[in-house]
Amino acid sequence: MALVSIRNLTRIFDVSKPWLNRLIERKPKALLTAVSDVSFEIEERTVYALVGESGSGKSTIGKMLVGLLPPSEGHVEIRGIDLAQETDADKIESIRSDIQMIFQDPYASLNPRWRVRDIIAEPVAARGGKTEGLAERLLEQVGLSARDAGKFPHEFSGGQRQRICIARALASEPKLIVCDEPTSALDVSVQAQVLNLMSDLKDEFGLTYLFISHDLTVVQHMADRIGVLYLGRLVEEADPDTLFDHPAHPYTQMLLAAAPKLDGFGREVPPPQGEIPDPINPPPGCAFNPRCPLAAERCRTERPTLRDVRGARVACHFAG
Amino acid sequence: MKQTHIMTTPILSIRNLTVDIPTRHGVLRPVNGVSYDVAAGEILGVVGESGAGKSMAGNAVIGLLNPPAHIASGEILLNGQRIDTLPRDEMRRLRGKQIGVVFQDPLTSLNPLLRIGDQLTETMLAHLDISPSEARKRAIAALEEVGIPGAAQRVDSYPHEFSGGMRQRVVIALALCAEPSLIIADEPTTALDVSVQAQIIALLKRLCRERGTAVMLITHDMGVIAEAADRVAVMYAGQLAEIGPVREVLAAPIHPYTDGLMGSTPLASRGKDRLHQIPGAMPRLDALPPGCAFHPRCPYTQDDCRADPGPRIEDGAGRAACFHPISRTEVA
Repeated sequence: MALVSIRNLTRIFDVSKPWLNRLIERKPKALLTAVSDVSFEIEERTVYALVGESGSGKSTIGKMLVGLLPPSEGHVEIRGIDLAQETDADKIESIRSDIQMIFQDPYASLNPRWRVRDIIAEPVAARGGKTEGLAERLLEQVGLSARDAGKFPHEFSGGQRQRICIARALASEPKLIVCDEPTSALDVSVQAQVLNLMSDLKDEFGLTYLFISHDLTVVQHMADRIGVLYLGRLVEEADPDTLFDHPAHPYTQMLLAAAPKLDGFGREVPPPQGEIPDPINPPPGCAFNPRCPLAAERCRTERPTLRDVRGARVACHFAG
Repeated sequence: MKQTHIMTTPILSIRNLTVDIPTRHGVLRPVNGVSYDVAAGEILGVVGESGAGKSMAGNAVIGLLNPPAHIASGEILLNGQRIDTLPRDEMRRLRGKQIGVVFQDPLTSLNPLLRIGDQLTETMLAHLDISPSEARKRAIAALEEVGIPGAAQRVDSYPHEFSGGMRQRVVIALALCAEPSLIIADEPTTALDVSVQAQIIALLKRLCRERGTAVMLITHDMGVIAEAADRVAVMYAGQLAEIGPVREVLAAPIHPYTDGLMGSTPLASRGKDRLHQIPGAMPRLDALPPGCAFHPRCPYTQDDCRADPGPRIEDGAGRAACFHPISRTEVA
């Protein structure tokens, strides 16, 4: 059985103006569908990557997975247990400690007034576990020195702080780590160090990652399976080789063509047309139809469902 | 529109530029003896990690260094004329007229309380001798040129009514409206999505080609440099590490830092092997090592790298500031 199973997950945010303003301006409620009917599974000890542009709902899915946001519809099941519906407190507790998260900004995700030792041990201390020597051991595992435990976050560089965040995520011996843009705030040479560390730790501890990123090259390097999101919908899912060699969905093709290539000297490609539509008022049918070169009448009326196409799952009427 | 350019004199020429920041604990040197030229119609990519001094060098050119940072030595020439010694008033007239600037965050570079048309006409009226109605006509033309659909209607919109990519187009129109000979683009696409980034890069390239504007493109993204720039200058710890045509520098780097930087960038063809790591991190400005600033992280360090003076790129010639550059038998 897959470690994580996400079924028909939907999240709707109410972004309406306050009640009185709506009454005076005679405006209806505004509902933003951040995630719409997304289903996928993450196998144990694999890296599942979610890619998409801003507003595609990738972070919202991550937050629903760790339980920071309740889903509006659908289910997140971890080892067959749905955290939003489960009533047995012991089960919830055991699953919760199996999940940890690493955030994008290592400057904002560490408390500046806490010593590194307390930051790293907090997930264990909060459950009344033994924390003696834990921070020191973890610091060495992420490539810092045990002596750093007594320091404060401001004494570290961005890359070192992200290592501290990783050490904290490892403290409660989790099975699944949700990494939300873990290297976007880092320089390339530091990014390489952090990505290598994450790969090593995955092998050492048997971890499973949900890797959220907008950077296609990083995703290709890290992932075993990739889900491409557009306007809150999963449009394509495949393994990296299939996705990068034979992208089936027109959006994936556009994204791959637009990504700058290190060897693309003086490359002149027609840049993609248009922008992501307003998620409060998405186009009917396929969300990509206003920008799609293949769009036909059917795309404007009927929303495509994910179909199996040569090892990939693609949500396009014309794929295959 | 300018059509003729004297290709022999570069639009921008920086000679041995050094920027100092005096502090209580000594003088910091974020830019240290940097020289480069940008010719008309050329895009020079300035690349480096955070703290390498790439933005500081750009700010020095536009005269927007925040005190106590100041130009300690060196020269900045625009169209052959020295601009680093100009009084504040003349520099202000020059900025906008001769030099256009595009910053990273399009929202903070636009005044949220002014319609974008007013912002464009204000700039043109300040720098060009034209009537307000002519300025408005040109503002609409400028918006059309940067690819804003329905420019005639949208000229009276406020910045918040535009998306991030459209705002960056407005900022570029703003930078271009006085027809400057040089544009400094400091991380112009870093805040944008991949598909919008591709649009903005294509726009910059087109404007550079059609107008013969010189562009200094500051970014940390090697992919953007590869696609957009003609030449590239790699900075490390305030110094120029390597400079040359983009194909040569990126495909066959001879400075160990550039080589390491390229190796640590995930690339499709490399598959899932471990990424090459440059050990350690860039030194802080108050703790620069003696000799070559890169020597503590360099795999090829020899004794002469550790002693002052460190390697420098000779004026006008030379490609890498390194005593032991990687030798390449074949150049791609």
